[in-house]
Amino acid sequence: MVQPKTMGALLAEHPIFQGFDPEATEFLGGCASNHHFAFDEFLFRADQPAERFYLIRTGDVALELDMTGRKRLVIHTIHPGQIVGASWLLPPYRWRFDARALGDVRAFGIDATCLRNKCDANPDFGYAVFKRFLPLVAERLLATRMQLLDLYAPPVEVGAKLQA
Amino acid sequence: MPRSMAAPVWELGMEPVVYQVTGRHQELVDTVTLQMTPVDGPAMSFLPGQFTMMGLPGIGEIPVSISGSPNDGGPLTQTIRAVGKVSAAIAGLGVGDRLLMRGPFGEPWPVEEAVGRHLLIIAGGLGLAPVRPIVYWALANRGRLAGVELLYGARGPDYIPYGAQLLGWLASDRMTGSLIVDRHSDEWAGPVGPVTELIGRHATVDPAKTVAMVCGPEIMMRFVIQALEARGFADSDIWVSMERNMKCALGWCGHCQLGPVFVCRDGPVFRVDHVRNLMTQSEL
Ligand SMILES: Cc1cc2nc3c(=O)[nH]c(=O)nc-3n(C[C@H](O)[C@H](O)[C@H](O)COP(=O)(O)OP(=O)(O)OC[C@H]3O[C@@H](n4cnc5c(N)ncnc54)[C@H](O)[C@@H]3O)c2cc1C
Ligand code: FES
Repeated sequence: MVQPKTMGALLAEHPIFQGFDPEATEFLGGCASNHHFAFDEFLFRADQPAERFYLIRTGDVALELDMTGRKRLVIHTIHPGQIVGASWLLPPYRWRFDARALGDVRAFGIDATCLRNKCDANPDFGYAVFKRFLPLVAERLLATRMQLLDLYAPPVEVGAKLQA
Repeated sequence: MPRSMAAPVWELGMEPVVYQVTGRHQELVDTVTLQMTPVDGPAMSFLPGQFTMMGLPGIGEIPVSISGSPNDGGPLTQTIRAVGKVSAAIAGLGVGDRLLMRGPFGEPWPVEEAVGRHLLIIAGGLGLAPVRPIVYWALANRGRLAGVELLYGARGPDYIPYGAQLLGWLASDRMTGSLIVDRHSDEWAGPVGPVTELIGRHATVDPAKTVAMVCGPEIMMRFVIQALEARGFADSDIWVSMERNMKCALGWCGHCQLGPVFVCRDGPVFRVDHVRNLMTQSEL
């Protein structure tokens, strides 16, 4: 009989954990669970405790802000193979943005408290986890900086407007 | 002997030809695409990546890439964003108006390098104009290429030139690609983020079998080069198109000089390993 894959084995197939030590992935699997979100459903909301972050398997997610009195502002979109949420890493462990499903989304959820406890109890594991997550955080920081640079703005902010 | 000293000036593109505007399309609020034909004789032939000096007597002359198809022998097509005196005057021309044209100038995109390989085109902002002839060429030569992919980053949904054509290309089964915008607006349902995000996600392309051609603001190109390198691309497989102020476009005046190279004559298209150290330099 074919044995169902362990959560650790499933995590090992996700791009984020490819090449990660198999024993560590199995250990991490103890904090992971499967999740499904329908279109428009929130994975998490801004200012709520950052209890669980997600590794996207299928579907797209928008990181956005609810601009009171205006429509929602999407800051960044996240796609299969990527991770949603970094605020679980550092105090005060609260989400800064909303994360909303842009379609049917399947994801692995990682219980942040469980993971932090494992990292504290096993510093080698914790170091490996942080080495895996730090580049992702750095990548997000660079992406945000690039967006802020407004690279494609006309040399003169509002170039001459032309009559059609 | 350098090319610039081998022939008399009138053979070298110093003498302008009079062109007439035959078509005008408003791409964006500050950007138009003009179609132009010479008042006498056939339109110039050109290679993808080349540019012309477009001029108006008494106003000035500016370098502008050719953004039309190199295959069809039709009118000359160029896309101009109004940023200053000369570009605004040219972008303001209407059908029937005349202007002066010199060229074509510059080293083209090395499209033949992509034969038998995957061609990855990455553009940002108005950098789509100089790579558009590559797409025309690639679609006409599709059978000789392993694949064609276009990744395009724009400021926002309202800043995407050639919109309908672009969507048609991306929806066709002859090429693949994605659009991304830095800034979201309500009518946009696509990805939001910098163009480098698309490079990370398109992990199927084998860098060893791919040639990348990149065009956009220089800072964007630097980030794109780093992202391509992180994906395993060699500098020798990445090409960029650089912009510098120009006057003669013939390698004479030094206006476009960047270290040892003249962008007008040795470029604007360069292989990254040849200009790596020059890309952070401003004009001399
Ligand atoms: C090889 C090449 C190809 C080009 N292709 C195109 C094209 O297809 N379409 C197009 O619209 N423009 C293109 N340009 C840029 C175009 O030449 C300039 O926008 C134009 O020279 C500006 O002249 P101006 O008199 O209108 O404005 P200016 O008064 O000279 O400048 C107005 C503002 O634009 C800035 N500026 C000028 N030139 C550039 C530049 N090259 N890059 C960034 N900022 C600049 C100036 O710093 C100033 O802030 C190209 C330039 C080069 C070198
Ligand atoms: S523009 Fe004169 S040397 Fe290049």
